[in-house]
Formats: sequence, C-alpha cells, structure tokens
Amino acid sequence: MSDILLGRLDASALPWHELAIAKTGLEVISGIVGLTAALLAVLGALLVAAALTWWRLWGPLWRDWLTSLDHKKIGIMYVVLAFVMLARAVSEAGVMRLQQALGLGGGGIVTPDHFGQLFSTHGTIMIFFVAMPFITGLINYVMPLQIGARDVSFPLLNSVSLGLTAAGAALMMVSLVLQPFSTGGWSGYPPFTEAAFNPGAGPDYWIWAVTLSSLGSTLTGINFTVTLYKERCEGMHLMRMPMFCWTSLCTAILMIFAMPPLTVATGLLALDRYLGFHIFTNDGGGNMMMFANLFWLFGHPEVYILILPAFGVWNEVFSTFSGKGLFGYRALVMATMCIAILSFTVWVHHFFTMGQSADLNAIFGIATMAIGIPTGVKIYDWMLTMYKGRVRISVPMVYGIGFLFLFVLGGTTGVILANPSIDYQVHNTLFLVAHFHNMVIPGTLFGMIAGYTLWFPKAFGFRLNDRWGYRAAGLWIAGFLLAFFPLYILGLMGMPRRMVAYFEGAWLPWTLIALTGGALIGLALLCLAVQLTVSLRDRAALAVPVGDPWDGRSLEWALPAPVPAWNFPVLPVVEGRDSFMELKKNGDHLDRPRDGFADILLPRPSMVGPVIGAAGLVAGFALTWHIWWLTVLTLAVIVGAMVARGFVRDTEYTVPAAEVEARWNAWRALADASPRIRRRDEQRPANRGHAFPAAQEGEA
Amino acid sequence: MNRRHPGLNLGEAHDSANDDAEKEVFGFWVFMMSDAILFGLLFATYVVLQGNLNGGPGPAELFEMPSVLIQTVLLLTSSLTAGLAQLAMKHELGTRRIVLWLLISLGLGLAFLTMEMRDFLTMTSKGGVPQASGFLSAFFALVPLHGLHVAATCLWLLALLGQIARYGTDDATKTAMLRLGILWHFLDVVWIGIFTIVYVGGLA
Amino acid sequence: MIRISLLVSGLWALSGCGLDMGLFSPAGPVAEAQRMHLWIVCALMLLVVIPIFVTIPFLLWRYRYRDGKNHASYRPDWEASWRWEVMLWSGPLVVTAALGWFLWTYTKALDPYRPLSEAPLQVQVVSYDWKWLFIYPDLGVASVDRLVLPAGQAVTLSLTSRTVMQSMLIPELAGQIYLMNGMTTHLNLSADHPGQWTGRNTQYNGDGFHRQTFRAEAMAPSDFARWAETAANAPPLDQPALAALEERGRDPDLPDTFGQVPPHLFHDLAGTATHAHHGGGQ
Repeated sequence: MSDILLGRLDASALPWHELAIAKTGLEVISGIVGLTAALLAVLGALLVAAALTWWRLWGPLWRDWLTSLDHKKIGIMYVVLAFVMLARAVSEAGVMRLQQALGLGGGGIVTPDHFGQLFSTHGTIMIFFVAMPFITGLINYVMPLQIGARDVSFPLLNSVSLGLTAAGAALMMVSLVLQPFSTGGWSGYPPFTEAAFNPGAGPDYWIWAVTLSSLGSTLTGINFTVTLYKERCEGMHLMRMPMFCWTSLCTAILMIFAMPPLTVATGLLALDRYLGFHIFTNDGGGNMMMFANLFWLFGHPEVYILILPAFGVWNEVFSTFSGKGLFGYRALVMATMCIAILSFTVWVHHFFTMGQSADLNAIFGIATMAIGIPTGVKIYDWMLTMYKGRVRISVPMVYGIGFLFLFVLGGTTGVILANPSIDYQVHNTLFLVAHFHNMVIPGTLFGMIAGYTLWFPKAFGFRLNDRWGYRAAGLWIAGFLLAFFPLYILGLMGMPRRMVAYFEGAWLPWTLIALTGGALIGLALLCLAVQLTVSLRDRAALAVPVGDPWDGRSLEWALPAPVPAWNFPVLPVVEGRDSFMELKKNGDHLDRPRDGFADILLPRPSMVGPVIGAAGLVAGFALTWHIWWLTVLTLAVIVGAMVARGFVRDTEYTVPAAEVEARWNAWRALADASPRIRRRDEQRPANRGHAFPAAQEGEA
Repeated sequence: MNRRHPGLNLGEAHDSANDDAEKEVFGFWVFMMSDAILFGLLFATYVVLQGNLNGGPGPAELFEMPSVLIQTVLLLTSSLTAGLAQLAMKHELGTRRIVLWLLISLGLGLAFLTMEMRDFLTMTSKGGVPQASGFLSAFFALVPLHGLHVAATCLWLLALLGQIARYGTDDATKTAMLRLGILWHFLDVVWIGIFTIVYVGGLA
Repeated sequence: MIRISLLVSGLWALSGCGLDMGLFSPAGPVAEAQRMHLWIVCALMLLVVIPIFVTIPFLLWRYRYRDGKNHASYRPDWEASWRWEVMLWSGPLVVTAALGWFLWTYTKALDPYRPLSEAPLQVQVVSYDWKWLFIYPDLGVASVDRLVLPAGQAVTLSLTSRTVMQSMLIPELAGQIYLMNGMTTHLNLSADHPGQWTGRNTQYNGDGFHRQTFRAEAMAPSDFARWAETAANAPPLDQPALAALEERGRDPDLPDTFGQVPPHLFHDLAGTATHAHHGGGQ
C-alpha cells in the first residue's frame, strides 16, 4: 500500500539516514555535514514562512509578486532566486575545497558518495539555477525598458517560465532533504547515470530539475526573441538598439536552438531509466556517445547563453563609466552574431578524447579558436571605449577591470584547451575546471553582479552602498585568483577533477591556497549581503528617485526609479542610438509628452504561472520517487490550467490616463526640485538621480 | 500602415487584436522552430541507432506498409480539412461551417491515432518492444512522440471547440485557430519525415 | 619561438616547488611534444596578453575622471574608426592563423591512433570498477593495476571498458583516451627511459574513482623480458579470475599477475556489452 502511496520513497531518504548507518568516523562527520545542510534548508524555509506570517505578507506576496505578469517583478524574482541558489552552491564549493585540502591520504569531512553529490549539485545549481535565472532576470528587467516597450510579448508565458525554473530550483532544494542527489556531475553522462549502474533516485532528481529548467528557458528564449522583434518602440531600428539588447537577442535565439538538445538528452535518458529503453546503455544496442553529442550540442551554446548577456552588461558599464559612447557598435554587433553562430560549430571540443579521427578534432579545434577572434575584438572595443574617455572607477567598473584581466587569461587557457594535442593531457583535470570557472566567474558572474549594482537603483529607487560594494568586488577578484589559479597548476600536474581524496603530497600546497581563495569568495558573498542590508538602512540618503544616477545613455534611465508598472507614460519615439543621452544634452529630457497622456492596458495578474510551477515541482518529485498517481494528477493539473486559461477573456486591466499623468507630474516636480549633479558627486547623497552629462562638464 | 493579418478576418476596428495576432503567430512559428529541432535530433538519434538490432526484430518484420499508408492519407486529409476550416474563417462562412471542418479534422486525427496505436500493439506482439534493441528504442522515442503531439493537438482542438461554443468566433478563438493550424500542418511535415526516413527508409 | 619556450620552461624548473610531475616532467616523445606545443601556444598568446595587460592600466590612469582637471584629450562622441576596426580584427586573425597552423600540425602528428614505430608492442587495456587489467596478447600474460613497458620501445594500447565510461591518463607519457564498453579505442605511447609513473582514470565512475590508479613502469628491455618470463608462470586468467575482476572494488586475494591468458580474450571482452555490476560495495 505504501508503495502505491509513496512509490519508492522510504526512511532511507531522510536526511539523518547517512548518520544513522555511519560506521567510520568519516561517515559520521559526512552524515553531520549532510544533516546540517538539510536543516539549514528547512530552517531557512521555515524562517521565511514565519516572517511572511508575522508581517502578514502572504497576501501581498501572492497578489503583487507571484501572480504578477509585470516583466520587472518577474525579473526581480529571477534575480532573488539566483542569489538564494548562489548562497547554497558557494557553500557547497566551500565544503569541496575544504575536503580537497584535507583529502591527502584519504581523510576529510565527506564520504566519496557525498562528495559526488556535492560536485553534481554545485555544477547543476550554478549553471541552471544561478547563472540562467540571473541572466534571465536581468534581461527581463532591463531589455523591455531599453527598447521602449510596455512589457514582453507574452507576459503569461514569462510567468510560466519563472514558475518552471523555480520548480527546478525547488526540486534541487528538496533533494537536500529527501536524499540522495545524483553523483553523475552536472553533465550526467550515461552509462554511469543509467539504471544499471545508478538505480537510485539521484539521477532522476537531476533529470527532472534540469528538464524543468530547460523547458522554462526554451519558453523564455521564444518570449525574448519575439519581444525584441515585435515590441520595439517607433524608431528603435535593430541597429539603434543598445548592445545589451543585441546580446539579449543572441542569447534568446541560442536558447531556442540549444535548449531542445538538452531536453532530448534528458528525456531519452529518462526513457532508458524508467522504461528500459536502450538509447545510451552499454547493452541492447545503445550508444553512449549520442548523449555526449546531444549534451554538448546544448552545452556549448549554453556557455555563450551565459556569457553574452554579461558582455551586454560590460558594454553598458564601460561606456557609461567612461563618459563616452561605446566604441565600435557595428563591430560589436557583428562580433556578437559571429560568436552566437560559431557556438554551434564547436561542441566536439568537449570530447576530443573519445577516439574520433585527428582530422575531425583538428577542424573542431580550429573552429574553437576562431571564436577567440570576435571575442578579442570585443575586448579591444572596450579598451577603445575607455580611450579618450573619462573613466570613473565605480563598483561596476572594478568588476569590469577585474573581468578584462581575468577573462583574457581565461581566454588564453581556453585557446590552450582548444588544441586537441594539449587537451589529451588536461581534459578532465583541474586545469579544465580552472578554465571554465575562469570564464563563468569573471565573465558571467562579475557581469551579473555589475549589472545588479548598475540597475538596482532603477528597480528599487536607491543606490547600493559603495564601500561594501568595493569590498565585495575586491574580495571576489582576490578570492577568484587564489581559488582557481592553483587549479591550473594542479591540472598540469595531472590531478583529475572530482577527486574526493588523493595520495600525492605535491598537490597539497595548491589545494590549501585554493581553500583560502574559497574563504575569500565566501567573505565576498557576505559583503554583498551586508551591502544590501546597509543600503536598505540608508535608503533615504541613497535615494535616486529621478532615475538617472549614473548619467546613463539608454531609455531606461529616462524613467523614474522605481519604474511605474506601465514603464513609459507614453511609448517613446527614438531618433538614434543613445537617444536619452541626446535628450539630456539638449536639456529636453524632462519634456511633457507632446500628445498628452492616454489610457494604458496592462496584463492582469494570473495564477497560471505559479500553479504550473508548483505542479511541475510536484510532478518532478513524484517522477523521481515513482509516485505514479501523483505524477498523473499533477500533469492533469498542468493541462487543466492551460485549457482553463484558454477560456479566460478578461486578461487586461486599464490604467486611466489621469493616473499616469498624475504620476508623471509628481516625477517632474521631483526632478525640478533635484539639482543636476556632476559626476564627482555620483557617490554622494547629492545624487538624486538627476544627472548632468559628463560630456558637457567641461563646458559648464 | 496596414496591420491586418492576412490569415484572419478581424475587421478594421480590431487594431490591437491584429497586432496581437501578428505577435502570437510569429511567436508560435518560433516555438515550432524549437519543436522542429527536437524532432530533428530524435531523427538523428534514430538514424544513428537504426542499425543496432541487437538480435531483435527489424523493420521488415515489424512495419506494415498498408496501415502506414492509410495513416498518411488520414493525416494529410485532416490537414486539408483543417485548412478548409481556416478558409471558412477567413471568408466568414459562418461558425457552423468552421466547426464542421474542425470536427472532421478532429475525427481524422483520432482515426490516425487509433490506427497508430493498433500498429504499435501489433509490433509489440511480434516482440517489437522498445526494450528489445537500440533500433526499437529510437523508434519508440520518435514515432510515439509525434503521436503524442497529435493527441495534444486534438485536446487543444476540443478545448477550442469549447471556447467557440462559449464565446463564438471571437478574436481570441480566431488567432488560436491560426496557431492550431500551424501546429497541425507542422505535424504533417514531421510525419512525412517519419514516413520517409523510418518506414520507407527502414524497408528499403 | 623555441628559445622563448625554453626560457619559460627554465623559469618553471627554477621555481621548482614540486612541479616535477605530470606534463611538467614528460618521460616520452608524445608528452614531450605535447608540452612543447603548450609552450608554443603560451608564447603566442603572450603576444596578445601582454599588450592588453600593459594598455589597460595606462588607459585607466591616463583617462581617469578628475572633475575637469585631467587635460588628456576627451572625445565623448568618438565611437567608430575604420582604421582601428581593421587593426582590431586583423590582429587576432593573424594570431589565430598561426595558432591554427600549429594546432593542425601537432594534432595530426600526435594523433593517438598513429603508431610510433612499425612494430609496436601490443598491450590491451580493460578497465573495471575500479581497477585496470593489462593484457599482453603476444606474450600471453596479463597484470592488474600495473602497466609494464620496455623503455625506448613504441607501445600500442587498445582499450575497452567492462563498466561505465572511463578515461586513461599517464600524463608523463601521453594524453588520455576514453574507454567505453562494447567499443575499442587506441593510444600510442613510449617511455624514453626506465622509470615509474602513476596512471589514472580521469572520468568519474563512483566511490572508488579516486583510488583507481595504476603504476606505469618502464624497464630496460632485458628486465622487461625477464618480467614477461616470470609472469608466464603466474596463475591462469580463467573464468573465476575474470568473474572476480568484474566485481566492484579490488579482491585482496586476486593475483596481480596472470599467465596463460586465453587468445582473443580482449576481443571477447570488448565485443560484449556489460549490463550491470555484479555485487557491490568497495
């Protein structure tokens, strides 16, 4: 009976099971580590629930956030999700660093199986539930504002995407409590993840968490692409879009093309595991090499899905804080397109060592190197943006400078790895681990944090504390250097990735250095938390209600901060690139809309997104534990929600022109009362978000 | 600027509806593109694995061409009738006519599904189960997924008929019909691929 | 170019600190060439990296914001220049072309499937969870977790896995290659001089992954011949021994050397698929 009710879920899934059956000292410690993590997750959830109850926020949370179809709120929720998951995945990295520092001779604090789960969850979370939500959130918030749109093309679909992504992330959190997770790494290669070798629930958690995220991202890609093609305001030609929109467009297109291979790979693996198919199995005529091809057909474009939006942020950062237009706009557009296209032609470089011909490897190696050309051009264009500018070392710029130096080094090791002959040596070693962290931390993560710092005032109406921002940035850069450069050395010394313990004394000093780097990164994360707290406390002094704290160039800076639900009181008409900068230079940026105000239609909140998300989470859970009745039930709920939505006709509400006008008048009065400030006052309370163009400072 | 969507008859006064139709249909085309990649990769998997019979039954023992041909005719005819439903909508031939053609399409789709299911059962009885070989695994990953798409489209069609019953042919049902039509024709194209690569290719 | 790479490697040697392993200390022609290729790539990339590293601090200092007190030229609207653009694209293009030429040459020359001499010694490698079986088909002997080689002689390894995907790496001798069940891959290598190195699996395969090492041991040809003679008298590699190898972990009673290896054993092991593990535990 309990089999029917609970599937294969039993007491051995409980978080204290590892501790209960522990025999050796190591197993006891490992059990305690696992139990602590589970308790932290449960405690965190309970605390949030208690806080929501205490302050009676359940209603507002549901009405104003979870069911909201406003792209800005959805974007913010994505970023919150990314930060929560970042905290977990960084903690896991800390445990792994500590384990490797203690692992000489076989000791440490976690068992091999526990270590396997740690690197699998760490990678899966960082890619699918930190990087992806972060870029999706940032694009969601910024891109519609930059192209002068009211919202994305499909606001409901946006909410559904968020629901699916959050469901995948929640499934990851559940796997911390009802264990175990997969030990197959973030790439989940069969046959190791096949039922024959890993019959437990672990790989199934991985399959469904990743599948939920991949479905969400496919829909996001469609949504962003259509938005960028169909929602641009009048005059916003493609070649007038801010670079961030271009990188968003390329990312969105990559999502449409690259996510289906992942869905196919995980779906086929599920058929193998659940129904005894022989797609990737050892026996029965399966072919494990198909998985490697499918996975990396997704996996390589994914790298560019992650990096391109960060490039977009860097474009905004370098040009804004150099007080100068972006150098080489056309070249940058072309370089972005080149990278997007080339990203589909290089997937074999993830498995040069699978035994294919040298010719094939050489071709894919050269294609890989070719990506270095447009990427190099981007670096040069950013340098020329600073050239003959007036560079202000703001917090995003510190990340930007760190990015330039570190990314060039990471690119160098990437070129090294692109050579099949050298890759035979360093593939699957810590050299590779160091390389991709070198791309995604200084590239993507620094970019995302820089973007968060840049656009935070836009979203919440006040700047983030600079002092704690500088501390966090410095610690991130130093921590990264210490944590990952030793891994290059270890890789060249022949240390494979994913080792719980080792027997080479020469490796120890480097793992110790890496551990200190990990500690600094932990402190950096702490600084970000302090920064947020301090900024909240001082929000009155940091307020920038007029909305242009950095002397920005694109349309989002023309709006008050925080931005009203309808974005633009009247949809703008654009006459060139950097159109807001032009208005500012002429002093026309506060002008009343020429044709007055009109009623605005906005999408009504809908519970379809959160319902599908919740049902997706339960479905993933039920599938993982073979609870079939629940699977059928939740799938029925999802289909039912979609059918029911089809019958809803009243999907929009009207904001009366009077309300829009009143809000505009209030903003105008505020702007008139706030003096325009020069860049030297950028980080002072005098900065109320009313900027005087840096380019005109000399004349004033 | 003439924003009227060519496939619809939304009337001059429905400017925002025309805009929405444009956006939704374009979005649906993009969605089809990602779905096409999904099928493309399953075709690729099938091509890689089709030789791996693992001592199990092969195409010659399992495929029944007459039945597959009838399925093909059913599906292609349903595409025609779905197209006629759209023409009935575009030329305002009345809700009754639209519903009639949609019902015929639905019937043909269900007949296709019934025959396909029967074929699968015949294959299974001859030992052609997905667990038998890489070839059969790839077959059952690809062909039933198409069937599942057809089934889902039939469900959508039913829901749409429900909407027409409730609201008549309003702007929303009209654009929905347009998108449904795209999916219906798309599944035809996928079927042509299955017919050529899986069935004809398997027996050649 | 070669001089630069020698200089770099000399610096490495000077700095010392335990870097005398892995690719830092090659012991065969393949690893030697791989390291040379690495230094060439590093040197070429330095041509790109150094100018960037010098220029960025200069730009930051020269064009820093000083509230109107910086008198360096300021051109906020300077956003495009064809002359610069051509230079920006052609620089990386030239470097990539050079790198590509080396890539092509080295990849062809170091193709793991290309034998290093006309009649290399044949060794067959079978990976299990979490151990290695090395079969010498021409000598009729086999060993577990110990790869014995004659120094100075070319060796061709043929590899398969009896379990999940694995990857074999002896960094001092050659790069790695995957081992996959039901399939055979190849790797050619050679050791310059007698010595001992650690070989590993680099593709994660469960709890015993970190312990799945083996000793690669190059001997003088005469020593190798003596070893082969002794090995021929070891216990036979029969069905019970093969069954014991299929078990996860290492049975302490299992001999580490076998004589009387059946001919075609590797062919049989590589040709049949493994469904699942027999037994469990470490």
